[in-house]
Amino acid sequence: MHSRIASLKGLLWLAPAILILIAFVYLPLVQNFGFATSEWDIYSGTQEFVGAKNFEKLLHDPIFWRSLGNNLLYAVMSIVFQVGAALVIAAMVESVRNARVRNSLRVIYFIPSAISITVSGLLFYFIYEPNIGMLNSALDFFGLGALAQPWLGQESTAMLGIIAMSQWQGFGYSALLFTVAIQRIPSELYEAAQIDGVGPFRRFFTITLPLVREMSGLMMIVTISGAFQVFNEVMVMTSGGPNNSTQVLGTWLYRNGFVRNDFGYAAAIAVVIFVLSLGIGLAQLWYTRKRRVEV
Amino acid sequence: MSTETAVLLTVRPQRPRIGKAGFLGIIGRIFAWSFLIGLAVIVIYPLLWMIFNGFKTNTELFGNPFALPQQWSWENYANAWNRGVSDFLTTSLLVTVVSTITTVLVSAWAAYGLTRVKIPFSAFWSGIILGGLMLAPAVALVPLVKMFQALGLYNTFWALMVLYTAFRIPFTTFLIRSYMIDLPMEVDEAAQIDGASRWKTFWRIILPMCKPILVSTVLLHVLFAWNEYLFAMVFTSSVGAQTLPVGLTSLMSKHGTDYPVVFAGMVIAAVPVVVLFLVCQRYFVKGLADGVGK
Repeated sequence: MHSRIASLKGLLWLAPAILILIAFVYLPLVQNFGFATSEWDIYSGTQEFVGAKNFEKLLHDPIFWRSLGNNLLYAVMSIVFQVGAALVIAAMVESVRNARVRNSLRVIYFIPSAISITVSGLLFYFIYEPNIGMLNSALDFFGLGALAQPWLGQESTAMLGIIAMSQWQGFGYSALLFTVAIQRIPSELYEAAQIDGVGPFRRFFTITLPLVREMSGLMMIVTISGAFQVFNEVMVMTSGGPNNSTQVLGTWLYRNGFVRNDFGYAAAIAVVIFVLSLGIGLAQLWYTRKRRVEV
Repeated sequence: MSTETAVLLTVRPQRPRIGKAGFLGIIGRIFAWSFLIGLAVIVIYPLLWMIFNGFKTNTELFGNPFALPQQWSWENYANAWNRGVSDFLTTSLLVTVVSTITTVLVSAWAAYGLTRVKIPFSAFWSGIILGGLMLAPAVALVPLVKMFQALGLYNTFWALMVLYTAFRIPFTTFLIRSYMIDLPMEVDEAAQIDGASRWKTFWRIILPMCKPILVSTVLLHVLFAWNEYLFAMVFTSSVGAQTLPVGLTSLMSKHGTDYPVVFAGMVIAAVPVVVLFLVCQRYFVKGLADGVGK
């Protein structure tokens, strides 16, 4: 009896966290399914059950598919730069001998990750801007003036422009995480390789790459999951334009819910994001479990 | 654990060189160095450009983008400050400080409960708390807006404090929990034999022992709350409730033609976190590594 009271008292430690999570995370999550299956009349404020109608609408909405495609493009590019390139960069920085130079490079590369995406987004909005931006002027300076164009103002380059900004902003963060992983590799391995006359490329492929595999796997999952939640940079740089060419799931949800007041449809997009992020989350869980068993 | 990272980051007896001796090796080293330095320039130059533009006049801004400002006047900064940045900054500070305290406290309690107290159905509770890690904030957006409108908290900074706390509890609890789990149980037992209550044990013994991870989680939360955009944009629309990221975009739309003022505002928003990062670098590395690595 006494121990049961004691253990119920133990629940008090968890109570604040659980109550807050239920009220502001889980309850709205459940409500969202209700929203997704209903239609709102914004004038009378009434809600009517319409079943799968909003989801059917999704299937026939070309901009929804375009958004999903943009999220995918985002994911692929981020894997190339924030997992692939960042690992190579981290390995290169780690092989610099001078500790001070090494540390400075690491810090410099990370700075964009500390400033907000809003600030970097605005900054690149200006960099791409045809009148005051420095990108076109820089191209001009290098004799590539023919390449100058309104980067964010045309469909063909806008999405890539946003993605490029995001790589600039985030590669230092991934490189730093890879640094931590590389530093866990025993230095004897590198020394032995050096004595055997193994060159830097082979060293990277035979020692570094296999030994940071864990971190790469996790980074990949984190990167993909981030790519499907993109919102801030798109909103700041193009708001989804021109002609909806840079819409992603997040901004399309926002536009439908809070500009067009079509809450049901926005909630249906939210369900898609939920399913995707849950899938990625479960993949991560599976991956860490598997890793633990292997180790 | 933090000192261990510090050691890892500074001491490393022998490092592989970039490239080996010989002609090819030299070419490789030149290439590698140009790459690393070029990358540093690509990172730094846009930031310098932003700072310089904050000092330019509007006419200068539309001139040569690579020119330095003719005179370093603080006028744009003063203008930005008076046109709302001081309010955005105050709100950001308030929201960041309050939500950091609530998040870290509530998470530390939960982590303590999950690791050191016997609780019925504890696996279930930890599933509820840590399962939140998988949920994207956008998923709950529409119902949350309705809820906060009903509560009368829509368009107030209270909404942001509550949301930043709620959505960061899973991650923060996860970090503190993985640190607490490694602390020996004997510590608690000894404290209890000495007659200390659970409450006292938590505050006087366990919490101080978790200092390294607490520093990391505080920094990560500050970075999050200072920079968060989705909730801030959807839930606030008036000066007084808006934080810096949203405030900056509204500064941009209101004074769209006066770009130097916007640049000044961007610098004001960026400086505090960059300074914080430079000062606490070591903990950032640790925090980030724990966040993804475990």
